Amino acid sequence: MIIEALIAYTFVAALATFLAPDERAGQVAFLLSLVPVVGSLYMWGQYDATGNALLGGDLAFETTIEWLRVAGYTLSWHVGVDGISMPLIVLTTVLTTLSIVSAWTPITDRASQFYGLMLFMEANLLGVFTALDFFLWFVFWEAVLVPMYFLIGVWGGPRRKYAAIKFFVYTNVASLVMFIGFIALVFGLGDSVSSLSLPEIAQALRQEGTLGQFGALTPEALRAVAFAAMFFGFGVKVPIVPVHTWLPDAHVEAPTPVSVMLAGVLLKMGTYALLRFNFTMLPDVAQTYAVPIAAIAVISVIYGAFLAMAQQDLKRIVAYSSVSSMGYVILGLIAYTEYGVGGATFQMVAHGLISGLLFMTVGVIYNATHTRMVGDMSGLADRMPITSGILVAGAFGYMGLPLMAGFAAEFFIFVGSFESAVLPFAPVFTAAAMFGIVIVAGYFLFAMQRTLFGPFRLETDYEITSAPVHDTLPLAVLLLCIIALGVAPELFFGMITDAVTPILNAGGGF
Amino acid sequence: MLLQTQLPQWTALGPALILAITALVLFVIDSVDPDSTDSALLAGVSVVGTLAALGVAAWFLAAGTGQVGTGGEITLFRDALVVDGMSLFFTAIFTSVAAMVFVASYDYLKDRPDQAEFYSLVLLATTGMALLASSNSLATAFISLELTSLPSYALVAYLKRNRGSVEAGLKYFLIGALSSSVFVFGISLVYAVTGSLLFSDVASALGDLDQSFRGVAGIGVLMIAGGFAFKTASVPFHFWAPEAYEGAPAPVSAFLSSASKAAGFAVAFRVFVEAFPIATAVDLGIDWVLAFGILAVVTMTLGNFAAATQENVKRMLAYSSIGHAGYVLIGLAALSAGAATNGDVLGASMAHLLVYGFMNTGAFLFVALVEHWGVGRTFEDYNGLAERAPMACAAMTVFMFSLAGLPPFGGFFSKYFLFASAIGAGFWWLAAFGALNSALSLFYYSRVVKAMWIEESDGSFELTSRPIGLYAAIMVAAVGTLVLLPGFGPVIETAQTVAAALFG
Repeated sequence: MIIEALIAYTFVAALATFLAPDERAGQVAFLLSLVPVVGSLYMWGQYDATGNALLGGDLAFETTIEWLRVAGYTLSWHVGVDGISMPLIVLTTVLTTLSIVSAWTPITDRASQFYGLMLFMEANLLGVFTALDFFLWFVFWEAVLVPMYFLIGVWGGPRRKYAAIKFFVYTNVASLVMFIGFIALVFGLGDSVSSLSLPEIAQALRQEGTLGQFGALTPEALRAVAFAAMFFGFGVKVPIVPVHTWLPDAHVEAPTPVSVMLAGVLLKMGTYALLRFNFTMLPDVAQTYAVPIAAIAVISVIYGAFLAMAQQDLKRIVAYSSVSSMGYVILGLIAYTEYGVGGATFQMVAHGLISGLLFMTVGVIYNATHTRMVGDMSGLADRMPITSGILVAGAFGYMGLPLMAGFAAEFFIFVGSFESAVLPFAPVFTAAAMFGIVIVAGYFLFAMQRTLFGPFRLETDYEITSAPVHDTLPLAVLLLCIIALGVAPELFFGMITDAVTPILNAGGGF
Repeated sequence: MLLQTQLPQWTALGPALILAITALVLFVIDSVDPDSTDSALLAGVSVVGTLAALGVAAWFLAAGTGQVGTGGEITLFRDALVVDGMSLFFTAIFTSVAAMVFVASYDYLKDRPDQAEFYSLVLLATTGMALLASSNSLATAFISLELTSLPSYALVAYLKRNRGSVEAGLKYFLIGALSSSVFVFGISLVYAVTGSLLFSDVASALGDLDQSFRGVAGIGVLMIAGGFAFKTASVPFHFWAPEAYEGAPAPVSAFLSSASKAAGFAVAFRVFVEAFPIATAVDLGIDWVLAFGILAVVTMTLGNFAAATQENVKRMLAYSSIGHAGYVLIGLAALSAGAATNGDVLGASMAHLLVYGFMNTGAFLFVALVEHWGVGRTFEDYNGLAERAPMACAAMTVFMFSLAGLPPFGGFFSKYFLFASAIGAGFWWLAAFGALNSALSLFYYSRVVKAMWIEESDGSFELTSRPIGLYAAIMVAAVGTLVLLPGFGPVIETAQTVAAALFG
């Protein structure tokens, strides 16, 4: 019941925030958003699931209520949590609360609408990570677009209208392609499934001989086509090269708290769905096409890193480096090893925290300096020592400094992909991807050296001072989380490996 | 059972009778007081009448009147009319839309002359629609079609001192007259080769038709399809729609684009499924399924592309309504002879028409509200409107996102179930075209949203009043659009059951 309660509560909280007066909306939203945080931590404490949600594992907090029947298929309100979704739920609630706090300074206009939309988005995100019925999941998945469109379009930078509509149309096209692919697969299963429950479909797909002829497509062709459609659909969200171009526009134009949510949670929707759908339901296809998929992953890593290197805008640097980090996730997934898939899932959380931290820090710097251009700034460490310190820490986290979450995640992924039995030339792909770290280190060190250190030299007619406490406190909390997960990856990694192992077990059986 | 044992058969036509009687009551009121401008009385009577008809239709639908469980369809007047689940389902759509339009007209028509005529014309058109959904012979289909169309021509030209309105009325009438003659000529050709007008007799006569007559029969079927294309604003008889919807008073546009379109589909579904069964038609070489497939793709693509280039919101909505006609045509285009999925596909189309009835009526009524305020008609004129009227703009946002097929609104489910059922029937290419168009539609629907919420207003408009009727109608439509997502179960289940009965 707790999942329904949390989702329903968050919708009501969003509504309450809409009606709150603008001056108090920030505080109201913050207080209201504490309940989901506490609720998700409580869920984590009470967590008792084993196995994978889609492959017959025991779920935590599961509920199934029949909703409607259409064309012989049952649709249900079916939610539950396993080791893959639990960490992402905690990530969602924590990041939402922190980004609400980080919005106090930059968001002054139409505040109650802003915070209401943030909470509305949180409710839908919780739905995405818990729903286990296709249509229920799809409702939440698409509903996330609506608040995001407004958050970028209303409160964004100068080109916000263009960025918002580009984000909207790109991701909507992707969803439609994915929808056609998945539904074709469901109808191809014929009488083997009687509902759109994801576990039922996943288990049917992993059995031999359930998939029938669909139109002109043989079962094998249907699998491949559906895999491609879903890979494209989710790949846009991740994003992978070459369908990443909406991301820098959206990130640069979005206000900082929205960038945090976008990079921290929304990108994870893509990798989460890839893991749940493509890699869990159609492991045979994934393994057949392991080389091209790994190539896409490595290209995303390297190309994204080079793009980041070419940027002058701090926010763009962080945005493009997300493309690079998401490439690691794909590489880990295609490895089909415990460390690979587990590390990829861990990276979703780690990257969510680290990129959230970096975006927030850049936001805090921007609030003080009113610029994000690397070339405009110099010697900021002098005036903003705490913020600068945190930026350095966050950047090192990105580079994979040991004892921080990023190191654990990337280490797991590299170990996993190196030993992959599925991926031909696994060591070559791994080595190529590892080279990405060098580039990341290069551009972050370069950017920091120019902005933070050296003599202070920023011509402004306003005073640049330390950021207010409510700006730096969320940064500190995030940094603590990153270090905690880096020191003790077991906090999440245990439940993650428990949930990903069933994917691998049957995965080699084809 | 209840109905058949306790009530005489003709009461199955209850909804249509109630609508007709309400229209007559309005005539009586008008003859007593010809210059009445008592909006409350006129709108009140109309709303009560339509809601009563809606209530009866919903009651019959729930009780299973005319459905398989209670002894099957009820035929009346020597089979000229039929009452079954499908006719009741469509009657529920027409009456819901008409009720919202009446509530909105309370404000829109204030201080205008000839109000009683307006209300009674809408009621007569609604009666025609209810009969259209019940017609079981080509003759009753034609007569009901005319009963629907003739009041509509007058309604489009209702603002008789407004050049745009009169021009739109004339265009609508000329194209309507042309398509009616095409339609009736098609009927005569079909009658010539089959010797009957009753759908079931036509079907059996086509079954053992001499091959030499198949050309005549084919032309007849094609011309009948043309008549429906006019009524549903589908290609190739769509071009009246933007003119008529733009020139007509906005509540009339709402009524025509939602209810009248649904009526066209109601009779098209029945005629093609019952009078020209797929298996028979394909044997004769009259593959209307393929024809509708092509029409569906062309209609949705043309409607969406044209909508994307409009500067005028009402005109954009008119083209979007053509685009939606294309989606609904999937219901006829994704059928195959004897397939078990036929009921699902047709039912999904019907459910989409119901949801469309709410969201599209709401959108046009919002335009009516904006016209009432005297704000301009283009996207730019809507800039910053949300600051002044947040509730109404929130409702309009609901309609736009629902029309675009985004959750958490009813249009999401109806559109995706339609696409899913097309894929399930093996017509994935129809779903693919639908998906492409749906993505494109997001662009122009979000332009309205962007104008209202994101753009800055230039501060030139004064919103002087809060018309209660228009607001109420818009809110009803918005709540209906929202509730149709969680409450979509009964709708789709009913629609697919009654649609499956049609193929039985």
